Amino acid sequence: MQEFFQQLANGIAWGSIYALIALGYTMVYGILRLINFAHGDVYMVGAFAAYYLAGALGVGTITSASPLMAALVLLGSMVICALLGMGIELLAYRPVRRSSRITALITAIGVSLFLENAGILVFGADPKFFPQVIAPRTITLPGGVLVTNHQIMVVVVSIVLMVGLTLFIQKTRTGKAMRAVAFNRDAASLMGIPTDRIITYTFALGSALAAAAGFLVGLTNPKIEPLMGVMPGIKAFVAAVLGGIGSIPGAMIGGLLMGISEYMVVGYLSSTYRDAIAFVILIVVLLLKPAGLLGRNVTEKV
Amino acid sequence: MIALRRVLGLLAGIAIVIGLDWAGRLGLNPYIYGVLVLCAINVILALSLNLVNGITGQFSIGHAGFMAVGAYASAAYTVYASPILFGPGYASSAWLTAGAFLLAILVGGLASAVAGFLVGLPSMRLRGDYLAIVTLGFGEIIRVAILNIDAVGGARGFAGVPQRTNLAWVLGAAWITFVVIRNLMKSFHGRALLAIREDEIAAEALGIPTTRYKVTAFVIGAFFAGVAGALFAHYLYLHTNSFTFMKSIEIVIMIVLGGMGSLTGSILGAILLTALPEVLRFASSLRLIIYSLLLIVLMIARPQGILGRRELSFPKRRAPEAPRPTPAS
Repeated sequence: MQEFFQQLANGIAWGSIYALIALGYTMVYGILRLINFAHGDVYMVGAFAAYYLAGALGVGTITSASPLMAALVLLGSMVICALLGMGIELLAYRPVRRSSRITALITAIGVSLFLENAGILVFGADPKFFPQVIAPRTITLPGGVLVTNHQIMVVVVSIVLMVGLTLFIQKTRTGKAMRAVAFNRDAASLMGIPTDRIITYTFALGSALAAAAGFLVGLTNPKIEPLMGVMPGIKAFVAAVLGGIGSIPGAMIGGLLMGISEYMVVGYLSSTYRDAIAFVILIVVLLLKPAGLLGRNVTEKV
Repeated sequence: MIALRRVLGLLAGIAIVIGLDWAGRLGLNPYIYGVLVLCAINVILALSLNLVNGITGQFSIGHAGFMAVGAYASAAYTVYASPILFGPGYASSAWLTAGAFLLAILVGGLASAVAGFLVGLPSMRLRGDYLAIVTLGFGEIIRVAILNIDAVGGARGFAGVPQRTNLAWVLGAAWITFVVIRNLMKSFHGRALLAIREDEIAAEALGIPTTRYKVTAFVIGAFFAGVAGALFAHYLYLHTNSFTFMKSIEIVIMIVLGGMGSLTGSILGAILLTALPEVLRFASSLRLIIYSLLLIVLMIARPQGILGRRELSFPKRRAPEAPRPTPAS
């Protein structure tokens, strides 16, 4: 039983990271019907931005670690990635917005390859060790479950960001505009909503969340490299589909489900099956509920 | 007349394939020869994916998975079954080797077709992006499953598969793939597939059994992907890393770049995309950056692909025009 709870704790921490990345996928998909393949690589850039920021601020060593500096690094990398996301949207996706969806998809793949290879060129192909911006500590929970303070931070920061995002989407004018654009872009445009600007904001928001995920993953798994975004990117997208793409709570549930099931497979089966379990769950869920767990079933109009 | 033209075309095709192969062995350096072989294998992959994505209008991004099934099935057959079927010393006879290899290619194609059927059947409840992500998932599941089968080498890769693929085999296979898919496209069944692409509901209303056609397209597409996999398995060292999600994406890029639904476009896209990274080798570390930027620029500049839905063809000789009726004065 202790083993089960241990894997559950690890899975929740890892799943929160998937959930943060999945949010970016689901928001962009909700508005543009575009699978933004470059999103996983934005997460990679987020991790590297935090790495270099921490170096520049001099918080790389345990003695200089402080929560304030860590927050600064987190915010900095979020801002950098928000700008990156806006830039990608402006330069690559906006010109193909009126083209067919597969064209946009290939463009997204092109951006993804570009970020990966530019990352190899700029950051170097060898893995870098993420600085310990917060001194690591291990905490024993009742029942003998071991968690690190980093894992707790991952979960807490993710929850704060997700609550913040939900409030933003539900309560602010921009959030309302985002929902309107996702519902019907042309109608929203007729109502005077500047759809182009709202789409840019969506990219900024999603990319900032991905950057946060990159920072948090750097804390818990300190090895970062330019191709680190490929697999988590795909799995986060799977998580978004699993939860019902376009649905924000769905992305959170999908992400957590994915993280937990992965750790259960690692704990009870074999780590070689880790990459397959995500897709097995996805296929089972989609065969039972073709629109995902929380997705709305769209009836086809003739 | 038509029969004669076909026979002549067949003979010309065989002559070109054998001629190119001999030229390849005699004159070309091994590097270019290798690139040509890979080009032809990619042409088979692109054509077969185009049948599913471009002609039937489904969206599969798991083609590398089918290729992997074909590759491993045919390799396992060659290593374990063919010495039993053909006798232990069969490899000393060129004819027996060729026969065994032909059978291996068919085994690869059939194994992959079965996988295509299994994937295609349940996937037909899903459309668009959901179908895409499920095919991607199947591709990854197949890869991870193979990684865990020890008899085919698992994570070490499958050693001991004899190298039997040469330019003649791949060109012949690519040519057969092209002819089969082109003829299919021009047949009654091909028009049904095109109707599904244009409007699935309307096609169904016209009495086209859409599910059966979609599954058939998946099965035929998977068969040829398996053939490509079999050829690949008997050419380069066989390892699951050759069949990742990126390989599937690469094939999708080929058909989009060439023009979805255009068969000659697929051939063009496959050749371009295989040759481009080799041509860009002079730029060494910038190679893949240039490659990805070219991809983005091409998509922005020409979203419908190079050929769109048109086909490249030799200009046909026109029948002499009938004299126009002179307007009555």
